[in-house]
Order: sequence, then structure tokens, then C-alpha cells
Amino acid sequence: MTSPVILADGLVKRYGNLVAVDSVSFRVDEGEVFGILGPNGAGKTSIIRMISCTSPVTSGRLEVLGLPVDGFPRDIKARIGVVSQENNLDPDLSVYENLTVFARFFEINRAEASRRADELIGFFGLSEKRDTVIESLSGGMKRRLTIARALINRPSLVILDEPTTGLDPQARALIWERLRALRSDGATIILSTHYLEEAERFCDRLVILDRGKILLTGSPGEIISERMSRALIEIMNEPDVRAWLDQEGISYEVYGDLLQITTDTPEDFVRRIVAACTPQRLLVRNSTLEDVFLRQTGRRLIR
Amino acid sequence: MMHGPVSRRVVHVWGRNFHVFLRTWQVSFLPPIFDSLFFMLALGYGLGQFVQDIGGVDYPRFVAPAIVAIGIMNASYYETTYGSFVRMYYQKTFDALIATPVTIEEVIVGEILWGGTKAVIYTALILPILALFGVISLPGSLLLLPLGLLGGLLFGAIGLCFTAWTPSIDTLNYPSFLLITPMMVLSGTFFPLDSLPSTVQYIAFALLPLAHLVSLARALTLPSTAPFAFFSLSWLVVATGLVMLLSVRLMRRRLVV
Ligand SMILES: Nc1ncnc2c1ncn2[C@@H]1O[C@H](COP(=O)(O)OP(=O)(O)O)[C@@H](O)[C@H]1O
Ligand SMILES: [Mg+2]
Repeated sequence: MTSPVILADGLVKRYGNLVAVDSVSFRVDEGEVFGILGPNGAGKTSIIRMISCTSPVTSGRLEVLGLPVDGFPRDIKARIGVVSQENNLDPDLSVYENLTVFARFFEINRAEASRRADELIGFFGLSEKRDTVIESLSGGMKRRLTIARALINRPSLVILDEPTTGLDPQARALIWERLRALRSDGATIILSTHYLEEAERFCDRLVILDRGKILLTGSPGEIISERMSRALIEIMNEPDVRAWLDQEGISYEVYGDLLQITTDTPEDFVRRIVAACTPQRLLVRNSTLEDVFLRQTGRRLIR
Repeated sequence: MMHGPVSRRVVHVWGRNFHVFLRTWQVSFLPPIFDSLFFMLALGYGLGQFVQDIGGVDYPRFVAPAIVAIGIMNASYYETTYGSFVRMYYQKTFDALIATPVTIEEVIVGEILWGGTKAVIYTALILPILALFGVISLPGSLLLLPLGLLGGLLFGAIGLCFTAWTPSIDTLNYPSFLLITPMMVLSGTFFPLDSLPSTVQYIAFALLPLAHLVSLARALTLPSTAPFAFFSLSWLVVATGLVMLLSVRLMRRRLVV
């Protein structure tokens, strides 16, 4: 059995009196895409910065690529690629120079750096912008360049903090597409996001954090099926619908003017309710992580 | 407190700044040339007409080494205050760097080294102008280049301490006008320190790095006036070492969270 790429055991991060990460444990294996999910302030960035060796661990155990973060930051940083939440591209440099100058920090020689830079510029669709300065790039291009830069040292582990936050859907799709290509090359990827839906599609396994603690953990499918029925039905909140549900003994939850029912047999349910009354609006969909989060915390993750 | 080692990766941090400097070299080269030209014309020859020679030295020759010393100070101090603050706070360059095998200590030392280098470049640009005016003795004055490095390291480290301290770019103005500007006047630059009360002289030589830089620069351009050269050199070396250590401490406190 191979050793885990990341091993966190009782990991704690405190800023003064504030406990940002509260005894979190998880492991990430080679080739996995691992998601760290949770609302703003849940502690995602704090965990990612500790893994990236840029923020000290308050207590607990954290090993990355088999090495403890407090003893071997340089060795770990040489073998990981980090895309931080805030844009930190070098505005004084061109697209190409952002990659080649960065390569020097990894002791990559000039010829090799130049080769890798052009390869990455092509892979991320930035060839036309190769020699322009950063300011003229769109938000999506900047994010792609930041990811490209994180790959300059051919990392065995790629860490991305909210790689798609703040981008329009098209730019987001493009980033997921490139990350998918990276994933099929066998890279281990750990990423944070507050888009549960994107994570559900992309991650092999994930943790959902809330207020520094792990709320849920597992594969997206497991997390949902262990806690909810397969399908979720949303119906307009009307007296005759409620009356019928009560009469049939079907439990439901009220969210404003919507009623939610979960069931493993949606077709059967729809047939029965349509026969009994005429709901104004009725929507059947698969249960999602967002639904689980809502039921677990009583709050929506994206406000 | 655990200090990460400082390796030759410092050179890459330095190299990043040098690379950006070269990208805009046409602009970067102008300030020292024009500053020293105007200083020389306005002070040396303008004001100088009204000034008797100072201790047997005519005024343009007296003021020339001070212009170099001020150039050294400005080149590195403003680089590691406003320049470094922009890189650290607005551009997040330091954050990007410490996510690579580069340590915080290397970032700091690299920035100070770059401040020192910029001071040497400025010195190299100012010297020919002063030589054209015929107010410095050659080749002895070429020793101003290594002095530029020493002075640049010291003022670079001083600047970085303020960068580590300042909450915003606006508050960086305080050390500039409360310390740097008064020091520019009170360091034997435009008038000799011995025209001041002796307590002020003692304070100047105890506390003001520019006073030592000026006195050393003057010893090099005017070999006849070198009373405290060795003392000033020692003072600068010790101060540079201490302030660099302090800047690393302050920066770690700011950046390691
Ligand atoms: N440098 C810091 N100093 C003090 N508090 C911080 C710092 N960074 C984050 N926090 C706090 O820690 C908590 C978790 O933040 P963070 O890890 O950034 O969460 P997320 O990335 O999930 O939004 C928040 O309450 C945040 O305000
Ligand atoms: Mg965050």
C-alpha cells in the first residue's frame, strides 16, 4: 500500500483566540481529486495554506508527500504546485515571463524553463497572449495562467484554492476542462470551492467543512445516498397540496413558498399527487450535496 | 523561533527585481541622473556662489559626496519601502514566492540585496556627472561603488523594517518625513556638522546612518578630510548587520500567520 499524499490528523489552526480549523482529520491518496468544501470562513484557505507550508500548524499532525510540514517545507514546496485564492501573478511581467521567472525559484534552468513555459502556455490556450502584460488578461485567463504557473515544476500534488470563484460560467467550464485533462494524466489534486455542484461532479472524495469542523466526508455519491433519498421533489406550497401530503402521511419540509419531499420512487409519487390534486408547479431532480448541507445545517451554502 | 536557512535562492529573488528593472531601464535610469544634475547646479553652483569655501574646500566639492550619499540612501530606502510594500501588499509577490522552495528569509534578504544593488547602479550613474563637473577625485572616488553597496544594504534594511511595520502605504510617509528628510539635512550634507552644537554632533554620529555615509563618501572624494573614516565604516557595517536581523524578525512577525 502506498503512503498517503496528504495525511491530516487532529489538525488545528488558531489565529489568536479564533479557532479557524478545529481538529480536522483526513487523508488523500495518490491520483485522487480531493475537495475541501464549505461556506466562506469555514477554514478552507487555512487548511490549504498549512498544506502548502506557508502557514504554520497550530497543533496536530500534517504530512504532505510523506513528509511532516514543519520539518521539510522546502522539500515539500519543491514538489507541489499552489494556486492561491488571491491573484498573485506578477503584474510587472509578461505571461511568458511570469512562468520563466517563477521557474527560477525551483532551480529550473533557462532552456528547460522556456520549453515548459511555452508548453504550458499552449496547454492553457494563452498562446496569443504570450508576450502581453498581465493587466490585459481577462479574469479567466489570469486564473489559467496561475494554474499554468503552478505546474512549472511538474508537481506531484496540485493544490487549488477556489480556482473558479469569481469567474463567469464559460471561464469556469474552461478551467474544469483543463483540470480534467490534468487529472487523467494521474495528478493528485486537492481543491477548495464553495460550488458544491462543481465539486460533486469533479471530486473523487471530499470533506464539507463548517466553522472549522468536518461536517461530512466521503465520495459525493456516498455522502448523498447515506443521508438522503435519491430524488428531491419541489412543489409550490399550497393548502390542497399540504392537505393531501398530511393525509397520506408523507413528510415534507417547508422552504418559503416551496415544499420539499425526498423519495426513492419519484415516478410513483408524481403519479399519485397529480391524480389527487393539481399542484401549480412541480419539479423533480436528483438530490445534491447542497441539499445535504441544507438539511444538515439549516443553512444554504451559497447565499 | 525557527529561522529557515538562507540559500543561494536569494539570487532569484534579487533576479526577479533586476529583471523588472531592466524591462523599464530607460525610465529607471533617469531619476538619479536628473536628481544629481539639479542638486549640483542648484546647490553646488547656485547656492555655492554665496558660500565661502568650507575648511579650504570650495562648496561644489564639499556638496558632491553628499549628493552621492543621498542618492545611495534614496535609491535603496525608497525601493524597500514603497517598492517592497507594493510587491508585498498589493501584488502579493511575497506570497507567490514563499509558495515555492524560497523561504521568507530569502525573500527579505533578496529584497535588501536588490536595494543595495540599486544604490550601486545609482552611484554608477551619478559619478560620471560629478566627474564632468570636476568635483570628485578619480580614481579614488570609484570606491564610492562598494560604499554604495554597503550604504544601500543598510538603508534597504531600514526601509524593510518600516515596510514590515506599516499598516498601509500612507503611513509609510511618516518615517519618510519624520526621519529621512531631517536626516538628509542634519548629516553634514549641505553644511558641515561642526557648525552645530557639539551635543547635536554627538547625537548625529551616534544615530544617523547618513552622517556616516556622508563622512565616508567625503573621505573618498576629498582624501584630505578623513578624520573618522574607520569609525564610520565600522559603524555602518555593524548597523547593517543589526538592522538586517531586525528586518527579518519584523517581517516574519508580519508574514508568518
Ligand atoms: N490571517 C488571519 N488572521 C486572523 N483570522 C484569520 C486569518 N485568516 C483567516 N482568518 C479567519 O479564520 C477563519 C477561516 O478563514 P479561511 O480559512 O480563510 O476560510 P475559507 O477559506 O473557508 O473562507 C475565518 O473566520 C477568518 O476570518
Ligand atoms: Mg478561502
